[in-house]
Amino acid sequence: MTDTLLDVENLWVKFPTRSGVFDAVRGISFTLGRERLGIVGESGSGKSMTGRAILRLIRPPGKIEADRLVMTGTDVLKASEKQMRSLRGHHASMIMQDPKFSLNPVMTVGQQITEALMTHEKVSTRVARQKALEMLDAVAIRNPERVLDLYPHEVSGGMGQRIMIAMMLIPDPEILIADEPTSALDVSVQLQVLEIMNKLVSDRGMGLIFISHDLNLVSNFCDRIVIMYAGRIVEVCEAGRLHEAQHPYTRGLLNAVPNLQSPRDRLEVLKRDPAWREAPSVSARL
Amino acid sequence: MSAIEINDLNVWFGEGPDRNDAVKHVSFSVPEGESFGLVGESGSGKSTVLRAITGLVPTWQGGIHVQGRPLGRKRDKTFYKNVQMVFQDPYASLHPRMTVDQVLSEALQLHGFKEIDSRIETLLRDVGLGPGFRFRYPHQLSGGQRQRVAIARALAPEPKILLLDEPTSALDVSVQAEILNLLTDLRAERHLTYVMVSHDLGVVGHMCGQVAVMQHGEIVEELGVADMRQLKAEHDYTQHLLDSSLRSIR
Amino acid sequence: MSTATEPSTLKAWLLAEEPTSRRQARAASVYQGWLTMRGNTLTMIGLGILIFLILCAIFAPLLATENPFAQDLANRLKPPGWEGHIFGTDSLGRDIYSRLLYGARISIYIVLLVAAVAPLVGLMIGTIAGYVGGVTDTVLMRATDIFLAFPRLVLALAFVAALGAGIENAVLAIALTAWPPYARIARAETLTIRNSDFIAAVRLQGAGPIRIIVRHIWPLCISSLIVRVTLDMAGIILTAAGLGFLGLGAQPPSPEWGAMVAEGRKYILDYWWVATIPGLAIFSLSLAFNLIGDGLRDVLDPKGGE
Repeated sequence: MTDTLLDVENLWVKFPTRSGVFDAVRGISFTLGRERLGIVGESGSGKSMTGRAILRLIRPPGKIEADRLVMTGTDVLKASEKQMRSLRGHHASMIMQDPKFSLNPVMTVGQQITEALMTHEKVSTRVARQKALEMLDAVAIRNPERVLDLYPHEVSGGMGQRIMIAMMLIPDPEILIADEPTSALDVSVQLQVLEIMNKLVSDRGMGLIFISHDLNLVSNFCDRIVIMYAGRIVEVCEAGRLHEAQHPYTRGLLNAVPNLQSPRDRLEVLKRDPAWREAPSVSARL
Repeated sequence: MSAIEINDLNVWFGEGPDRNDAVKHVSFSVPEGESFGLVGESGSGKSTVLRAITGLVPTWQGGIHVQGRPLGRKRDKTFYKNVQMVFQDPYASLHPRMTVDQVLSEALQLHGFKEIDSRIETLLRDVGLGPGFRFRYPHQLSGGQRQRVAIARALAPEPKILLLDEPTSALDVSVQAEILNLLTDLRAERHLTYVMVSHDLGVVGHMCGQVAVMQHGEIVEELGVADMRQLKAEHDYTQHLLDSSLRSIR
Repeated sequence: MSTATEPSTLKAWLLAEEPTSRRQARAASVYQGWLTMRGNTLTMIGLGILIFLILCAIFAPLLATENPFAQDLANRLKPPGWEGHIFGTDSLGRDIYSRLLYGARISIYIVLLVAAVAPLVGLMIGTIAGYVGGVTDTVLMRATDIFLAFPRLVLALAFVAALGAGIENAVLAIALTAWPPYARIARAETLTIRNSDFIAAVRLQGAGPIRIIVRHIWPLCISSLIVRVTLDMAGIILTAAGLGFLGLGAQPPSPEWGAMVAEGRKYILDYWWVATIPGLAIFSLSLAFNLIGDGLRDVLDPKGGE
């Protein structure tokens, strides 16, 4: 992969607390090309913080530090707030976990999608509406005309998340960050939403960062997987070679899942080794 | 004798034009000492069945028998001594201002136990928490530790039947494994009967012997776990659920 | 997790990761709350003002330079600093500084009494209405609405007129008119709490409604009530003052702060200090409560843990 969309070196996210500084992310390095990168970890591993830090969405008093944090040629750490606004949306978008909380309840779906487009491009309302219809069609929403005039509470969770995808992709960003995009959805809807996201991302040659706690799910939809533990990267592997993963933490996560077709009396329990915390972060730079 | 027997259960919310039938004509029975799973997606009414059994939802009709005795509108102390429930979200099921000690001693007091101190220590040990956890507040515990406290509270009256409402869906997979192992051990030690609600076929397949699949408030199919493993489902919806679940773990 | 080592100092005992007794757990949580509050400078300022005012009230006889009731008609309406009168004299030549000190006793007494009674009544009515629901809810909340429909002072006047003038009756009247907003807040909180899983869990242990309301719902409602009460303090003092002004609260020679302001009102244009100085005292008392309320909210919020 030649062109690097995102280059991160030695990224730290720090939160000052009453009892000293808490490091949510401790010096991780990775790059993102036009590929699908999965970031996997348990709650508290710093995976979501990484996603937010890339778009500089960490709220004060949290602080972002890095030797290098460059997105499509712009230095995120030095960019002005105005530059960041154009970066967010235009170059990189983010999809959050629950569509219920990320869609504005008092605006129709149509208003929200067209607004997302019109803040980044000078287009007429009519053109914007036309584009919104096309986008809804692309996320496999039947009857998009009707959906445009619905309010968020009138759509199901799966449809809400597809609308979010449409809204995030309409300004044509180069990077999509999806933070647990399907955890709030039912299993059967989950796959459908992921397939749509996957197709759009590969058709447009975008870079995808897929943040999730579900190792198996991520391995189905990504090229490379980064496994995070306690704010550091413990292992990087090709999705196809996940079963060859070496790190005991990765193996533990894989084995802890109850599998319908290979029943066991007891599930394997992860024995956390304190040395994992202290081991240096593995670089995921290409 | 079956531990729980449910005949033609209907549960609804609201009245008149707002009436919403959450559970329609549901029947199943769970033999003593067995583990029964209720599977379905959100809104299928699976949790509502448990809430009707416990009396948390008063608007139901049909027959609910617990250990051969029919249940009326009101639940008495003997019912709560026999049947307990573990909730889905361990962050919401513990009172934020009460220590573990207060939670457990209140449960024990309500059931009229003596020697509360020693019983609390035993309960904590049984769920794999040391005595050091006894005087902590929920915000000082991790998700898995909270769920262990919730299980200890449910075990306090020494029930025979445990209703589990998605007990691990809010937890990380490694913690989920610990909690599921704990539940398996407790069932073996105490000869408990489980009714477990979950959306995760893997979890239900691991924990339960018999599984009922719910959709739109109705049970569409009931099958043994062996059939489920061999994907011998008769109903399309069950097949669809199995497919999705297998594909997501390939 | 290491095993609990024997705590050597009080601080270590209070901050122990694993408390070993109920007493220690309670003390530790109080101490943690104190630490949070201590971190908030404004709250500590508020606490400082309140302690100062209470000390003034307690040691009034020692601190006062003159008898607060002694009139000196020759030296009436003298400006602050005049011949040993630090804050000047009022329309009857009484020393404002001394009156202020004695007045602190009355004003703080009124405020604390109302603050103890009104929220308690509101808490009981609001939580019962919210938890029981149905007809009980309707009846209790309509009664609350009726109380809310009257202007506060008018209602208090009616009560005092019926009960007779005097500080205790004024307190009672103010408390009777101040509870409806607290009932509203308590009911709203109860409605969200009663559907939560931890209430369901304790119901499944066979707990009755009274136990649930008192032991599980009250502790969660109290924080928002305390905050609201501290914000209402100024209003309570002023209502007491209003009653005093109309001759139905603290009786004339009594140096209650509100009454002093009311008295000074007549001279405000020519002799500003007569009304302004007790006004500043009321201001500092309500400011103190406001600042404390703000800090208490941080301490009492269960989510404020880590």
